[in-house]
Amino acid sequence: MKEILIALWNVVIMMPQGFYVTFKHLFRKPVTLDYPRKKNAMSPRYRGRHYLERYDDGTERCVCCGLCAAACPADAIYMEPEEAPGGERRARIYEINMLRCIFCGYCEEACPEEAIFLGQEYEFSDFTRNAFIWTKEQLLVTYPRKENPLKRLYRRVRKVYGITDRAA
Amino acid sequence: MLDIIIESGIKVALLIVVLLTACAYATWFERKIVAYMQHRIGPSYAVPFGLLQPLADGIKLAFKEDIVPDNVERVTYALAPVVSFVPAILTWAVIPLGPTVDIFGHQVTLALSDLNIGILYVFAITSLGVYGIVLAGWSSGSKYSLLGGIRSSAQMISYEVSYGLTIIGVILLANTLSLQELVAQQSSVLDWFVFRQPLGFILFVVCGIAETNRAPFDLAEAESELCAGFHTEYSSMRFSMFFIGEYANMFAVASVGTTLFFGGWQGPFVTTMPLIGLLWFALKVVAFMFFYIWLRATLPRFRYDQLMNFGWKVLLPLALVNIMVTAAIVML
Repeated sequence: MKEILIALWNVVIMMPQGFYVTFKHLFRKPVTLDYPRKKNAMSPRYRGRHYLERYDDGTERCVCCGLCAAACPADAIYMEPEEAPGGERRARIYEINMLRCIFCGYCEEACPEEAIFLGQEYEFSDFTRNAFIWTKEQLLVTYPRKENPLKRLYRRVRKVYGITDRAA
Repeated sequence: MLDIIIESGIKVALLIVVLLTACAYATWFERKIVAYMQHRIGPSYAVPFGLLQPLADGIKLAFKEDIVPDNVERVTYALAPVVSFVPAILTWAVIPLGPTVDIFGHQVTLALSDLNIGILYVFAITSLGVYGIVLAGWSSGSKYSLLGGIRSSAQMISYEVSYGLTIIGVILLANTLSLQELVAQQSSVLDWFVFRQPLGFILFVVCGIAETNRAPFDLAEAESELCAGFHTEYSSMRFSMFFIGEYANMFAVASVGTTLFFGGWQGPFVTTMPLIGLLWFALKVVAFMFFYIWLRATLPRFRYDQLMNFGWKVLLPLALVNIMVTAAIVML
């Protein structure tokens, strides 16, 4: 008898409460992100993949001074200089080993030319270890510049430091 | 004679195709509903809203290797999925899906047969489903499967009794065993047997869930304890037959519940447009299925002793009380 009463109590009073809870949650927005197709907006201070910036006329900012490589605690950056057609110094080879990189952002801080920036992208999967050594061509922003996520950050940084374009 | 055979053949073929598709989409429906209840999004990759997910799952299962472990009883092992699959389909032979309709001048009854002992047939056939589970558990040669099979048989025996007793209330009121007759008696909403047999309905739902080994009573499968229980050793199409069988059983119980308690295909406009009865029937069955899934998302699994106590000490006495009260009312 006691068991019957408890069961009836559960079925009639307690269970509808549980049903109400699950039904209520049926209409809530899912917290799951439809990941590869939709991505979370990263924080503006997020440190993802590197970009090598250009001046507005398309010449590279990087002068291959080696300060980023010196600042790099993971020893992920390798570079060799060359002379550009105008007599400027620039990098002939500029490689970042994305397997070594710890995304600390010291290169960005060390750079005197505001040439290297850490962007928002964070998906680096590949099939070979060699594919993780990113070359200058992969790191440089495209020119003419597509609308790229770094643009606003770059402008803001220039504004903060009072940098004016050499070519402008 | 010939036209009866052709008509039945067409109906059988249609019913099986629709039923199998419905079973496939029940998995999609369940995964979606449970996902949203847990703030997830569920299958979404197989094109729009993951609608082709059942197809993808089917193809995947069909192409998997059919593994037969060394120490199985081969004949029984091969037979068990069929034994659990076939009764689930057979149940549909007597379910009235709609009224008699006029198709190209033919008077077609939207049910495979109007058996005058329809309910008895349904309950006889659904009870057979347990053999598939027990035989699968026994022949697999795995302790988990065996435990799942034994649990399932004990559970089925316990709940079969109450399951049978719950419908006696309805039969007493309706004074018929024919499902067509039962539907005909529930032509208006107030005549639905839910309102005349509320306790009977609750007991029916609980026993129905236990009969189909669904969520709070899925002791036979119990992923977390028995690693899927009776179908642990099954793979490929054999496994999918168990899977389809389970969903077909759910549909069977849902449709029997609809027929007994919610007026079957009865609904607005049925007298003027008989074909709409099919829609009402489908809607009610889907609502029933939604309740099943809702239940799965809500309640945790019973412990084994709780299950047994609940079956014998609560459901059975309540079912008997229900019969006594109904019988007294009918007598008066």
